[in-house]
Amino acid sequence: MKIKTEAGERHVLAITVDNEAGVLAKITGLFTARGYNIESLTVADISSDHALSRITIVTNGPPPIIDQIIAQLDRLVPVHRVIDLNDAGEAHVEREIALVKVAGTGDKRIEALRMADVFRAKVVDTTLSSFIFEITGTSDKVDRFIALMRECGLVEVGRTGVVAIARGPEAL
Amino acid sequence: MTEMSGADMVVQALVDLGVDTVFGYPGGAVLPIYDALFNHPSIKHILVRHEQAATHAAEGYARSTGKPGVVLVTSGPGATNAVTGITDALLDSIPMVVLTGQVPTTLIGTDAFQECDTVGITRHCTKHNYLVMDPDRLGPIIHEAFHIATHGRPGPVVIDIPKNVQVATGTYSVPEFIQHNSYRPQVDPDADAIAKAIDLIAAAERPIFYTGGGVINAGPDASAALRQLVSLTGAPVTSTLMGLGAFPSDDPKWLGMLGMHGTYESNMAMNRADLIIAVGARFDDRVTGRLDAFSPDSKKIHIDIDRSSINKIVPVDLAVVGDAGRALDALIAAWQAKKLSARDYGEWWRRIDGWRATRCLDFPEKKEPNAAIMPQRAVKALFDATRGRDPIITTEVGQHQMWAAQHFGFAAPNRWLTSGGLGTMGYGFPAAVGAQIAHPGRLVICIAGEASLQMNIQEMGTVSQYRLPVKIFILNNEWMGMVRQWQELTYESRYSNSYSDSLPDFVKLADAYGWTGLRIDTLGELEAGIATMIDTPGPVIVDCRVAQLANCFPMIPSGAAHTDMILQPNDIVGTMDDEAKALV
Repeated sequence: MKIKTEAGERHVLAITVDNEAGVLAKITGLFTARGYNIESLTVADISSDHALSRITIVTNGPPPIIDQIIAQLDRLVPVHRVIDLNDAGEAHVEREIALVKVAGTGDKRIEALRMADVFRAKVVDTTLSSFIFEITGTSDKVDRFIALMRECGLVEVGRTGVVAIARGPEAL
Repeated sequence: MTEMSGADMVVQALVDLGVDTVFGYPGGAVLPIYDALFNHPSIKHILVRHEQAATHAAEGYARSTGKPGVVLVTSGPGATNAVTGITDALLDSIPMVVLTGQVPTTLIGTDAFQECDTVGITRHCTKHNYLVMDPDRLGPIIHEAFHIATHGRPGPVVIDIPKNVQVATGTYSVPEFIQHNSYRPQVDPDADAIAKAIDLIAAAERPIFYTGGGVINAGPDASAALRQLVSLTGAPVTSTLMGLGAFPSDDPKWLGMLGMHGTYESNMAMNRADLIIAVGARFDDRVTGRLDAFSPDSKKIHIDIDRSSINKIVPVDLAVVGDAGRALDALIAAWQAKKLSARDYGEWWRRIDGWRATRCLDFPEKKEPNAAIMPQRAVKALFDATRGRDPIITTEVGQHQMWAAQHFGFAAPNRWLTSGGLGTMGYGFPAAVGAQIAHPGRLVICIAGEASLQMNIQEMGTVSQYRLPVKIFILNNEWMGMVRQWQELTYESRYSNSYSDSLPDFVKLADAYGWTGLRIDTLGELEAGIATMIDTPGPVIVDCRVAQLANCFPMIPSGAAHTDMILQPNDIVGTMDDEAKALV
């Protein structure tokens, strides 16, 4: 017997929660307990009184599962709101930051710097034999930059995961 | 606003919240709270013999009264022993507040004696949990915990209190009005959804009400509303295991329980209906059978207080989010406002009567006085003997539980206490203890299997200590009967570890604890034995020996549709394909 899995679609969820101990564990635990996917997760305190945090989760699943994820998150006691930024008509902006360390000398070093310029990546640290680039953009753009850097002496990558916000004047 | 110790705040909060009973077991990390409870004038502490039993007793108390059950246990093993009952309460939506002791804040994270990460362990088996690090927070947190446990979909809440927080002093404050800043479940249904529901009901030709534990949780008024709505519309009613009692079993519109061991008429009516009105039920796998064959031609209305229950398993046509009682009231009001009357469901009832004619709950039996007792007969005899006494029935988990659900009739809610979602063997006896504490004068009977009972049999001591007149009626077939039934069905009767070997002599055990013990061996002794049990004051254990190899029918085998019920034992086959085997 084979265990079947269903194909999914990518969704970005913005969740506001009480900024208190255990909330993140509650949310990530919900995903593992119910077998949902997390592609990326970011969290930070966003309110002036430090009472609220915003979590951005990129997940994927078939539409009924995405609906379930939202409903399950929504009923957790410390969760204030859950927004599916992929909902129809709700265009949104997504950004991710990566720090990319490239080591090497000679042509590869020059090529790395040139491509960083094309991608509008900033040099935030340099030695005679290395650069650290800071790149901001969609996950796709960051992926493409990292793929190119593999050819130019990539040694280390750190990524923040996606933060996202809906376009237009309305707040979440 | 008064200065007092954390332990005194806990007790004060319980008093302010109207708590009269706490089920618990002391230990190092809760000694300050136990000292604050010493000789307390209004809070009665029931000392159990194992923390799991404290949680089930609290569930029994809660389910039979509608009030939250309260548990007090120590850190480490006290808390971990409570986890099964906490999870049981989560799956069956039972309001419960569990206070756990914790090592002092200064020792948290050091692997201290009797330390465990209680909030970590219980994070996913509670509705919510708290670790209280500051005595000033105790008052607000305890009040909020009771609010969360009892509002929206009820469930268990754990409050972990380090020992130094119990000893330290602080200011006790009571929130004037609890409106949680994020938890605000919708209890009133949308008028729009109600109007659409009424249109669907009015247009249906083959409707059926499918009701669940949510109707019980919504209080006795919700059961009354269900009865009124059913009589207004004239539609038949079936219910889940958890919903038994919300609708009277002697009403002609009652089809019996549905699902795996439900009646043929309920399951066939669900399959052939053109409208299902689900009220406080969650389309559990034990109810639906094979999903792609579940009620294929019906529109579905789902009334539930928990939005995440809607479309979780079965996609529905109309969602009504709200309290079951309020939704039923709104449906009644809308039905009457539109001056609708019941349709003529004559053809539908004729088909239902055809399914009823299979008499699916009949069972073969010998009638001679020295014949072995069929377990179904034992339950029916118990039902007949207790009619008019309004008993509270609890069960353990297994065949006896299903026979009790099939053959014991209930006329009112809060009289049927069983572990549905988690299926916890060992639930029934301590639940009976909790129900008896809440209802000292009532007849409380635990229908048990000899295997399940042994999972919390130590509570006989609790019963003796508080002189509770609990009756345990064991359907003793010397097997973990449901396991054996599945082994017959799926594994060609290879009875791997399902025989109840080395059973105690339950009559002597009764004697050892100061109970009355009775044994019933034959059909001829059954009625008199039951009468003796009922008439004997104090706790009684009845070892009712039943036909050992009887199985529970009708049954939807795993992976099968509602229409593929096994009605008779000789319909059984001994093998199954892997897809079916993989289903629990």
